[in-house]
Amino acid sequence: MATVPKLDVLICGGASCISNHSHDIKDKIFEELKKNGIEDEVRVIETGCMGPCELGPVMLVYPDKVFYQRLKPSDIETIVSDHFVKGRPVEEKVLVSETTRAIIEKGQQDTDFFKKQTKVVLSNCGRIDPENIEEYISENGYAALGSVLTSSTPDEVVETIKKSGLRGRGGGGFPTGRKWEFVKNTTNDQKYVVCNADEGDPGAFMDRSVLEGDPHCIIEGMSIAAYTVGANKGYVYIRAEYPLAIKRLEHAIEEAREYGFLGENIFETDFSFDLEIRIGAGAFVCGEETALIASIEGERGNPRPRPPFPAISGLWGKPTLLNNVETYANIRHIILKGWEWYASIGTETSKGTKVFALSGKIKNTGLIEVPMGTTLRELIFDIGGGVPDGKKFKAVQLGGPSGGCVPEEYLDTPIDYETLIELGAMMGSGGVIVMDEDTCMVNTARFFLDFTKSESCGKCVPCRVGLVQLHALLDKIVKGNGELEDLDKLEKLCYSVKKTSLCGLGQTAPNPVLSTLRYFKDEYLEHIQDHRCRAKVCTNLVTYTIVEDACRSCGICAKNCPVDCISGEKGVPYVINQDICISCGTCYDVCPFDAITTES
Amino acid sequence: MNLEELRKLREKGQREMMQRSDTSKYRIVVGMGTSGIAAGAREVLKAFIDEINTRGIKDVIVMQTGEKGFSSREPVVEVFEEGSEPVLYGNIDPEKAKRIVEEHIGKGNIIKDYQIIVGK
Amino acid sequence: MRIDTVLKKYEAKEENLLYILHEIQDGSDNNSLNKKDLEEVAAYVGVPLSRVNGVVSFYSMFSSRPRGKYIIRLCQSPPCFIKGSVNVYEKIKQQLKISEDETTDDGLFTLEFSSCLGVCGLAPAMMINDDVYGNLTEERVVEILNNYRNLED
Repeated sequence: MATVPKLDVLICGGASCISNHSHDIKDKIFEELKKNGIEDEVRVIETGCMGPCELGPVMLVYPDKVFYQRLKPSDIETIVSDHFVKGRPVEEKVLVSETTRAIIEKGQQDTDFFKKQTKVVLSNCGRIDPENIEEYISENGYAALGSVLTSSTPDEVVETIKKSGLRGRGGGGFPTGRKWEFVKNTTNDQKYVVCNADEGDPGAFMDRSVLEGDPHCIIEGMSIAAYTVGANKGYVYIRAEYPLAIKRLEHAIEEAREYGFLGENIFETDFSFDLEIRIGAGAFVCGEETALIASIEGERGNPRPRPPFPAISGLWGKPTLLNNVETYANIRHIILKGWEWYASIGTETSKGTKVFALSGKIKNTGLIEVPMGTTLRELIFDIGGGVPDGKKFKAVQLGGPSGGCVPEEYLDTPIDYETLIELGAMMGSGGVIVMDEDTCMVNTARFFLDFTKSESCGKCVPCRVGLVQLHALLDKIVKGNGELEDLDKLEKLCYSVKKTSLCGLGQTAPNPVLSTLRYFKDEYLEHIQDHRCRAKVCTNLVTYTIVEDACRSCGICAKNCPVDCISGEKGVPYVINQDICISCGTCYDVCPFDAITTES
Repeated sequence: MNLEELRKLREKGQREMMQRSDTSKYRIVVGMGTSGIAAGAREVLKAFIDEINTRGIKDVIVMQTGEKGFSSREPVVEVFEEGSEPVLYGNIDPEKAKRIVEEHIGKGNIIKDYQIIVGK
Repeated sequence: MRIDTVLKKYEAKEENLLYILHEIQDGSDNNSLNKKDLEEVAAYVGVPLSRVNGVVSFYSMFSSRPRGKYIIRLCQSPPCFIKGSVNVYEKIKQQLKISEDETTDDGLFTLEFSSCLGVCGLAPAMMINDDVYGNLTEERVVEILNNYRNLED
């Protein structure tokens, strides 16, 4: 792991500052950092125009929040020695004003979002016009395919992908090169390549973004894969909830055919390949590879036991290579920049970058791409800006319904496939859902089970029946009727569902329960023993009371109460009859004077 | 299509990207992924085009791209000017789009309040 | 007649079943698939009707019950839940007087739940037919629904 720099220095790279020689200042800073031996402790970033051109060249220093103005190369020696080394800003160059304060505050949040990212998969997203193939070509598009077709053997491609260390980005993390090798080594006159774009994990949307923003990179990645394994036909399975992604990919496929990147004798070689889109119809389980194959064939998306794996017997019983969108999006970069480059990014076991989707109670939401091995804390607090509204961080949910919740004490773990599994979560497709103190972990577990129970296809008993029972136990606890022995029952049942379910859905569905039991057992105990929900979410456990002094007897609460349990009259504070109250919280929401308090 | 043709096409494309800024001083690029659209990017795109037409400005083109990833700042708009660093704007609505045309495109003033400061 | 034009576009193969069903449903007056259509599709593709019924009942986006002109899909993902999708649901219920899987009396709107729409950065979100709306507040919900109502006037 590289050391984390202590200071970030942002130099304005706007046209005005550059014409005022901001590049000389940058060079001078590097020179002085080296002289003082602190190159590793200070990170220098050139930004786009910061705005106050009249004060340029300008420079911002974080976390000190110091704004330097009208810099000259001769100022730098003192700034580095006094400020960067000794921590004393050089006052006469610092400007404190309303403008600079605003820039400092906003700049921190904005630049944090971008600066720790390494964009590979997302490099074209938000930069090129996705509906114009020539823009993709200008960004070296289809050069990797051209080079592979004209100068590499399939064995060489397999070797390159294997050495790069790329692992499947759909969640499981199976080594991509080895998967390709399996399919390549099968002998069959018909093989297929398939792209899984059935991004079903709630909280993940990177595949949609890549298909919408850079569709040609998927066509190129799949074409390279098809050449390698010996396939001439490919399918992209996209969920119907993504109409724009479908439209953009359809357009891209047409363009690629027109330019000869799909079709017969591509790049004037013997290689022919064509691609079709298949659209889902709203079934989470179709993200599972055998269910997805059944769905492409036009059937119900029921999974089937493995082996045989799709690599041996997939679509219509033929050898089929199945990778997800993000995996294919990496391929062209590995071919163009070499496996050595790719393998140099990341951790011992997990190479390259990973795209994560930040959502939930976090300031900056969105898609970010970081090297494997970045810590959760960097993801959530540095890039994501932390939890908004002064609330306290409670947990982060990783890997969707197959993943788990990780508490604060593990946030410094570098993320890779293995560390996340050790923590009881998983990489999944990279959804990162942040939860604050207002989230009840028992209710969260129930929420996920509610999801998986209704998405279970019903083919195997452990998943169909087990998930319903798990949900019922959680529901009992959430409603305040839990008993201590329920916790044992929950855990045992989790393990048997995991062990005996047919496909990934059932095998991983208990993970949200197990991880919350592991890290938030005290919340379960509070629900059971004290009938208390500290997040005040579980309505059956919450008591609403009207504060006498704050009540102005307006009667709005009584009017809105669905069970008529609030009574009172003009001039006298209203009262809630706790025997009738169902803790729905309506009165709390409608009271104009905030006179109603919650207690748990 | 062979390697030579691809190379020519790539070079032509790169040249055209440059030339585009010769004929149009400004290029306004609106993030039109689903996130952008869900936050109102279609209305923003329309506002840019309407305002440019109303003002009869000639040296600017409006284009679309995918999403940059900064969802909480959608709709996101980037303004390119020949010879300058691009300026990224966030949380743009039709009213703000009109102001960008008036101030930034019309008078060359970056609107700091809307700007996202990007490191690189 | 209409169904024939759809069928003609696709080869009579089972793998085209989902495409065919999507297109017939999208082109129908009430966003659904009726028994007669399904019989014709089964005969065309060459599979038993039970197989086609099985597919229709398996996938949540297909419906054999008539639905509204506009299908509202309210996202029920955890990010949306955390950001208050419950309030959005209440507002829609109040505005349209319908709950999950119900259709308004005027046949305009059907309300359904979706497991995730993939716009988690703008939670809470919903989709009306092919259009996605994010950063929903109760006010915005009213505004959006009114826009659709006004299209009808």
